[in-house]
Amino acid sequence: MDETLSIVLFSGTDDRLTSASVFAAGAAVLGRPVRILLQYWGLQAFRADRIGCAGTVSADAGEGAIAFAAARDSHQVDWAETLRQSKELGEVEIHACSQSMDVLKLQPSDLDPMVDGVEGIAGFLAAAGDGQLLFI
Amino acid sequence: MTTLEIAQRVDAKGLSCPMPIVKTAQAMKTLTSGQLLEVLATDPGSTKDFEAWARTTGNALVESGSDAGVFRFVLQKK
Repeated sequence: MDETLSIVLFSGTDDRLTSASVFAAGAAVLGRPVRILLQYWGLQAFRADRIGCAGTVSADAGEGAIAFAAARDSHQVDWAETLRQSKELGEVEIHACSQSMDVLKLQPSDLDPMVDGVEGIAGFLAAAGDGQLLFI
Repeated sequence: MTTLEIAQRVDAKGLSCPMPIVKTAQAMKTLTSGQLLEVLATDPGSTKDFEAWARTTGNALVESGSDAGVFRFVLQKK
């Protein structure tokens, strides 16, 4: 179980970011390398001035939004912290999609230190190799 | 029955997945080979999570049980 788990993190709502953080943490503690590519709203959520729970939930939540908000407010779920801990426990790399950086007009210095760098699609897919790829 | 000498205890009661195994992995880093770690958890998926974690990482699951909704695991660092 040492194949890289690659995650394309496109979504920027707290619930989906939490989902991504759970996969990253699970893979990290199992000794699998994890590579995350932040696209668009996922990238936006890693802005240094916004990192952490933004108080957003995806439309899918419906009536579950209240229960999720309660879990978030009591810190039962904290995606940024879970990701930080995952990076300490295993090989977890977080890269910003270079196209998304351009579209959102972001500089690497605008991003939280958890983000390891900027990557293009070929670099990301090549590194993903034959491992599993998730889109969140 | 011999009493196991627990080097460290992790109280993960009330924590949801993935926190029980995250805290376990963090605690394991501080132990030396052969030492025992005891974990208490209430997350329903715990038993399978700990079995899978132990199997995959090579740390032995020495004891696994539950009592009144609290799961207790004893793991030995490889």
